[in-house]
Amino acid sequence: MIQTLAFYLFAFLVLASGVFTILARNPVHSVLWLILAFFNAAGLMILVGAEFIAALLVIVYVGAVAVLFLFVVMMLDIDFAELRAGFVKNFPLGIAIALVLLAELILGIGAYRAGALELGVPDGSAAPLMDRSNLENLGTVLYGKYLFLFEAAGIILLVAMVGAIALTHRGRPEGARGHQDIGKQVRRRPGEATEMKKPEIGKGVEL
Amino acid sequence: MVDLSQYLPILIFLIIALGLSALFVFLPMGVARLTGAHNPDAEKLSEYECGFPAFEDPRSQFDVRFYLVAILFIIFDLEAAFLFPWAVTVFDLGWSAWIGMMIFLGILTVGFVYEWKSGALDWE
Amino acid sequence: MTAFFQSLGMNYEWAWFVATVAGILLIALPLMLAVAMIIYVDRKVWAAIALRRGPNVVGPFGLLQSFADGLKVFLQETIIPSAANKGLFLIAPIVTFTVALLAWAVIPFGPEAVLADINIGLLYVLAISSLGVYGVVVSGWASNSKYPFFSAMRAAAQMISYEVSIGFLLVCVILWAGTSNMNGIIEAQRGHGLGIVNGFFFNPLLFPIWVMFLISALAETARAPFDLTEAESELVAGYQTEYSSMSFALFWLGEYANVLLMCALNAILFFGGWLPPLNVDLIPWFDIPGWIWLFAKIFMFFFIFSWVKATVPRFRYDQLMRLGWKVFLPLSLLFIVLVSGWLMLTRYGVAA
Repeated sequence: MIQTLAFYLFAFLVLASGVFTILARNPVHSVLWLILAFFNAAGLMILVGAEFIAALLVIVYVGAVAVLFLFVVMMLDIDFAELRAGFVKNFPLGIAIALVLLAELILGIGAYRAGALELGVPDGSAAPLMDRSNLENLGTVLYGKYLFLFEAAGIILLVAMVGAIALTHRGRPEGARGHQDIGKQVRRRPGEATEMKKPEIGKGVEL
Repeated sequence: MVDLSQYLPILIFLIIALGLSALFVFLPMGVARLTGAHNPDAEKLSEYECGFPAFEDPRSQFDVRFYLVAILFIIFDLEAAFLFPWAVTVFDLGWSAWIGMMIFLGILTVGFVYEWKSGALDWE
Repeated sequence: MTAFFQSLGMNYEWAWFVATVAGILLIALPLMLAVAMIIYVDRKVWAAIALRRGPNVVGPFGLLQSFADGLKVFLQETIIPSAANKGLFLIAPIVTFTVALLAWAVIPFGPEAVLADINIGLLYVLAISSLGVYGVVVSGWASNSKYPFFSAMRAAAQMISYEVSIGFLLVCVILWAGTSNMNGIIEAQRGHGLGIVNGFFFNPLLFPIWVMFLISALAETARAPFDLTEAESELVAGYQTEYSSMSFALFWLGEYANVLLMCALNAILFFGGWLPPLNVDLIPWFDIPGWIWLFAKIFMFFFIFSWVKATVPRFRYDQLMRLGWKVFLPLSLLFIVLVSGWLMLTRYGVAA
């Protein structure tokens, strides 16, 4: 009973915040609604028993991806008049994309009704072991059977990292104003930096 | 196996905590109206600046480094996410899983070294 | 506790519900009280280190100072700047405080005394504390004022930078304990040091991890020397500049609740949580309830936090980022390799 109630609560909140994500005028509000949607989706994940996926959804999507979205959106100077002008120009394209998505949805529902897809016979190696935790089941499969795919994911992450730096980072030339070499600063000793002088009275110091 | 009955207290806790914090925010607003402390004027409601009206919109553009930090954070966060299931199963799976993870970390260390050398981690 | 309420004549569902709500209030209300008292302790410690008296007027030894402050703040006017986004401006403190409370749901106060004994306890704490950044960012943005906005950006970048290394450090602990359940981690520390000391800190491989975790915890909660988000010479009061009344106090309560949480994590992950310090029954200290040990350890760590705040000057922002990304991140990765490699050799054996 409580599970059903919780399901409807989370499902309703996901849908509602999804709708508000689209409808919100202010992009920052949009992102915050999106975060609420992620958060409730995590609740749904817990209900189907995928606690690790739920934690990942919060850690990665809410805690990391949405922060980036928020950073980007908060610093945009948004000219609403310009946005509206673009609306008319891009209207046909938008309709075309919406139609494609609709067609895909209809196809998807049709395929679902046609019956289950046979993708080879399960050999039982990936069967969930009910007495173990979510984390252990996932680890056993991911680092046993799918080790190669896991390494491929590593390469994708590497590409993402290099790509992000190449796109956003504008390095300063070495030795430019404000450049610091921490090691050099730490290595500096008082003897190199200061000099003791004993000036005679009335003569001053020559530097 | 996931014990859902352990998550219900968290949901109840969330509701209670939200209620408590909302109470803390809205109750003083009501109390201030009753005691007469609620007395706003235009000067009080203007944003903080050193005694003069703000010159420009505070939400200005920002250094691109903040975006870069956020992107790098996503990547390393994902890496950590991969490490959690590995940490509890590696001793059952044996050396293949360990070496697999070391290769994964090695690949990402290449990226990290690139990052370091390109100066993406420098704040000047 | 469910059994107790059942004995009062309720059926199981109601008894469970009442017991859970009682448990939640038993965590949340004493936590708020503890925050009030710990602010007093904080001020007394700084005062003692700076050779001052500290709060000493309200109540005996100034013990009621925090409550007087709380009452004053409660009766003040809530100022909402006319340029602010009103809804978000009020939601931000609610988020901060809710998140700060919520993380305590999985903290074990004794072998049985834990509200939600979930398998992914440590991940839950990580997930919830990663939400803390929203209260800060939203408050900074919604204030629509320069200093809060700068401070929010700084705070966000700082918190996410240190979350990376905290994540990796936690992996090392999970590797050694073999579970991410909080009670499982504590049990794994029983007699860890030569069968005598309860706690991972005694382990030469985990000791450096604890040191890094302690420093990262300071940075994650924006305590001195990493309190750049409220560097008053640059940013007035940081992201809370525009706040007043209880909404302002909620940021403080949330901040101190987070500090206490980090102290509790230090105690649980490296110092044996509710276990007594030594696994020897010299005096009958296994009879002392676990929560007293846990509170004593939390208090010890809080004293360290105050001590650091009173002694160490503030970092510069580039130094902060350098420490997080160029020192802690590679070191924590290295320690994952070392810890897992050592455990593979000792637990799994050399490849046959």
